Amino acid sequence: MLLWHRLVGAQVRSQLQYRISFVLDLVGAFLISFVDFLAVLVIFHNVLRLGTWNVHEVALLYALSTISFAFTDLLVGHLDQFPQKIRDGNFDILLARPRGTLFQVVASDFQLRRLGRAVQGVAVLVFALDGLQLHWTVGRLAMLLVTIPSAVVIFASVWVVGSCLAFWTTDGGEFTNAFTYGGTFLAQYPIDILSSWLRRFLAYIVPLAFVAYFPALYILDKPDPLGLPRALEFAAPFVALVGVGVARTAWRFAVRHYRSAGG
Amino acid sequence: MRLDWEIAKRGWRRYAVYPWATAAGIFTNTIFGFIQAYVLLAVFEHRTNVGGYDARDTVTYVWLAQALLMTVYSFGWQEFALRIRDGSIATDLSRPLDPQRYWLAFDLGRAPFHLIFRGVLPFILGGLVFTLHYPSAPALAEFVVSLALAVVVSFGFRFLYNTAAFWLTDIRGVVTLAITLSVFFSGLTVPVPFFPSALRTVARVLPFASILQTPIDVWLGKHHGAALVLYLGLQLFWALALLGLGRLALRAGARRVVVQGG
Repeated sequence: MLLWHRLVGAQVRSQLQYRISFVLDLVGAFLISFVDFLAVLVIFHNVLRLGTWNVHEVALLYALSTISFAFTDLLVGHLDQFPQKIRDGNFDILLARPRGTLFQVVASDFQLRRLGRAVQGVAVLVFALDGLQLHWTVGRLAMLLVTIPSAVVIFASVWVVGSCLAFWTTDGGEFTNAFTYGGTFLAQYPIDILSSWLRRFLAYIVPLAFVAYFPALYILDKPDPLGLPRALEFAAPFVALVGVGVARTAWRFAVRHYRSAGG
Repeated sequence: MRLDWEIAKRGWRRYAVYPWATAAGIFTNTIFGFIQAYVLLAVFEHRTNVGGYDARDTVTYVWLAQALLMTVYSFGWQEFALRIRDGSIATDLSRPLDPQRYWLAFDLGRAPFHLIFRGVLPFILGGLVFTLHYPSAPALAEFVVSLALAVVVSFGFRFLYNTAAFWLTDIRGVVTLAITLSVFFSGLTVPVPFFPSALRTVARVLPFASILQTPIDVWLGKHHGAALVLYLGLQLFWALALLGLGRLALRAGARRVVVQGG
């Protein structure tokens, strides 16, 4: 943890050296994700509800998914470039060092500008809460505060498991995108509008329904259109724990099967 | 012409050597296609027509967009900018071959590869699950013409923002802005007919609709006769205008190139 602090701290300090460039990057990240939310608004320009969900309810899903994904991207986003390390054989160097390989991969690149997306997520959250006019109870606030870190862990686990594929298919890194970028896209919308087979696969097996859908049902005090047990609304932290276990096992298994590209 | 053909073949081959990347891309496009299709279909629970699109047009739109986004290379291209930044441009300029022509030929070799290997399979997979619109033979021919123009418009735009590297050392901001604008206004996130009317007008004026929305509308048979000629003409206009602007920028930029010795 101390080491992570030092490695990341050094990178953050270096990125803050170029203030203007950093601010521009932040604004750029904000703009990109703003246009992304524009898509939701355009859809609701044509229709009052998607399934049983109105624009502010979908905005809540969108905000939970986007804020969590932004933090995940900040923490483990470097996994996107990791297949390159396998391809050029530089993964060997990580194996020789006395620290966990996964730790070394994710701590080697920390881009503060990725927070721009989280800023936009918070703006959408404000838009959602403003429109919803919820009565804030301790339970709702706690749900909101527990959901985001749990969702970050769920997204990160998915990302790690997906990245393990790179150990076998060096140029197949894009498979992971379906579940990471595709995952945040999915979680931004209510899963009850998906067909059941896709929902089973992407919402329960890849547990994306726990990122936003179930916690949002609790916060909105909304009956589940799918009629699933209410206990699922509280399951996100447990799903996150299981995710960590699966990700650890998958990574270890993959590293054991690593064959160097050779020199 | 012979030379362009040889360059185009290399463009094709460059992408053909990564079969896993192709498979992974098809998988990702298919997942995105399914999610987007169900989201937009939910709109049609309450309506039967949005801006002239019915449910079948919309689902066809989603799968065509996923099938074509690599062909028209929606997510950005920086190869020429990197050559400017690392100085290789000096060598390129001393060759008896225009860089814009070289990269256009390369891109016209790349596009058919992506159309066949990244486009056909996701569309077939979408077609297995949803009822899609398939064009008549003449509409298919018109679509091919429109798509070819779309690739050139897209290339013209990409080449243009790459030339920003002559003036800026870090063009990441420019590329980000360019991709954001083109992805949204080409109709990749939401089809242009779904836009509110003011935004739709903006989209029709900008060149980006010519990159994705127009070829898809042609596939769907939305334009006939004079309107079809108008839309294809608009694509041709943007192709020539953007290539022309890219040429001017290249000429202005080339004058700034200083070759460092050593």
